[in-house]
Amino acid sequence: MERIFLDHASVTPVDARALRFAEPYLAGGYGNPSSLHSVGLEARRAIEDARTKVAALINAEKEKTILFTSGATEANNLAIKGAALRNVGKGKKVVSSAIEHMSVLNPMKDLQKNEFEFTTVPVDSSGIVDLEKLEDSATRETTVTSIMYANNEIGTIEPIREISEIVHEKGVYLHVDATAAAGRIPIDVQADGIDLLTLSSNDMYGPQGAGALYVKTGVRIQPVLPGGGQERGLRSGTENIFAIAGMGEAARIAREEMGTESARLSEMRNSLIEEILKIEETYLTGHPTKRLPHHASFRFSHIEGESILLIMDAQGIQVSTGSACSSKTLEPSHVLLAIGLKHEEAHGSMVMTLGRSNTVEQVPRVVDAVNEMVVKLRKISSLGKE
Amino acid sequence: MAQQIGYSKKVMEHFMNPKNVGTMDDADGHGKVGNPICGDLMEIFIKVKDDKIEDIRFQTFGCGSAIATSSMVSEMAKGMRLDEAMKITRNDVADELDGLPPVKMHCSNLAADALHEAIKDFKRKKGEIVEEEEKPAGHTCEHNHNHCDTC
Repeated sequence: MERIFLDHASVTPVDARALRFAEPYLAGGYGNPSSLHSVGLEARRAIEDARTKVAALINAEKEKTILFTSGATEANNLAIKGAALRNVGKGKKVVSSAIEHMSVLNPMKDLQKNEFEFTTVPVDSSGIVDLEKLEDSATRETTVTSIMYANNEIGTIEPIREISEIVHEKGVYLHVDATAAAGRIPIDVQADGIDLLTLSSNDMYGPQGAGALYVKTGVRIQPVLPGGGQERGLRSGTENIFAIAGMGEAARIAREEMGTESARLSEMRNSLIEEILKIEETYLTGHPTKRLPHHASFRFSHIEGESILLIMDAQGIQVSTGSACSSKTLEPSHVLLAIGLKHEEAHGSMVMTLGRSNTVEQVPRVVDAVNEMVVKLRKISSLGKE
Repeated sequence: MAQQIGYSKKVMEHFMNPKNVGTMDDADGHGKVGNPICGDLMEIFIKVKDDKIEDIRFQTFGCGSAIATSSMVSEMAKGMRLDEAMKITRNDVADELDGLPPVKMHCSNLAADALHEAIKDFKRKKGEIVEEEEKPAGHTCEHNHNHCDTC
């Protein structure tokens, strides 16, 4: 049975071209980029090449605005804690939306424990940030507001340009977690008015172990990992050259192929949504049109997400869920609760995220499997029988 | 198939092909435990003859282990005397399934409770006085607040 992997929001397989490009830096006895000799210089060149490619993906004004980190979690921590602590003279208020990733929410909560005031801005039922509440949250004492470019669980794309205008009126830095969006939709940090932006290598077909933070020229942050002074002193530690080189190449490929690839995937996504919504008591989660091109997310009444995931997996199809039973905390997804779902509704969620390995020819098999799965679980279920 | 999220082969067999799924219009006893807010709701229906469980059906909303334990307890109890069936514990069910992941031992392992409730319902209908079982601390999910403390 051919495997149909529809969980690209969890990880994207490393693109063979990116792997080939980066492999010599893992196996080839490369140097330490901080060394001044010729071997060190070669390593330095690899990193600068990757910096150029990543900068191009988001249209950064200069290469040196890109800092490499170990991944998106570290980049989010650096952006939020780095900006809040560096600018504590302005005030001790920080803001994020209610649907951010845990690697944004938890650094915010850390700050809260240290006497910062942390405000979460609600979203509407489609996941769009409430702009009025956002405006209320931005004060002269606010240092950083963090809003994701697009949400990984419901696919909703946020109105970043409007958000940028609102927070900038109060001189607040805008941090944007673009982990889910990068490589899928065009991002232009200059036109969008973004001060800090997080990228993840393994969410755009690069190797695990690399991420990046864009820091706009003139934006002031401080390091969370002080040490030997790598990455302009903002992220110390010997660079992971293999992962960084791979991320750079993955960014180049994503930029070149985004137009055709996103058009291809959105066509497949649209037919999946159209077919799956024909099932009774099935609903789309997230925004119907302002959504990532590879993202289809649903909830089914009366059935539970872990069961959904297991049955789909038995059919050779990998999906994900925001159900409590599949989470480490045993709480349903905070994103699904934030868009107003009840607990029992959030338990029945299913997320499909498409990628390069998928083809439109797979749609009928996926749709059949979803139909069978729903019939089977509803027959077993104690709900919805009245 | 891969042993997803640490489920034994036996759990996956019962989950994929659960036994005794269904309802009973003329059940002699009916038990219902859990709460959809927590993600698990189990119902067990029994038909009793000569103090034995002659037939049994279940309906379960929940995760893989909720469905597998329901199926397993229905198989274990079928044909059993009521007093014996009352002695089936959550651990017995988990053992028969070759174990459950620790995180699933609490709220997704309610099937034995549902069975006991069904038997007590039968006894009450017959006019017998039913003693309430002592529930292990921290195991219940019957509440209305926003999240489960234990599950």
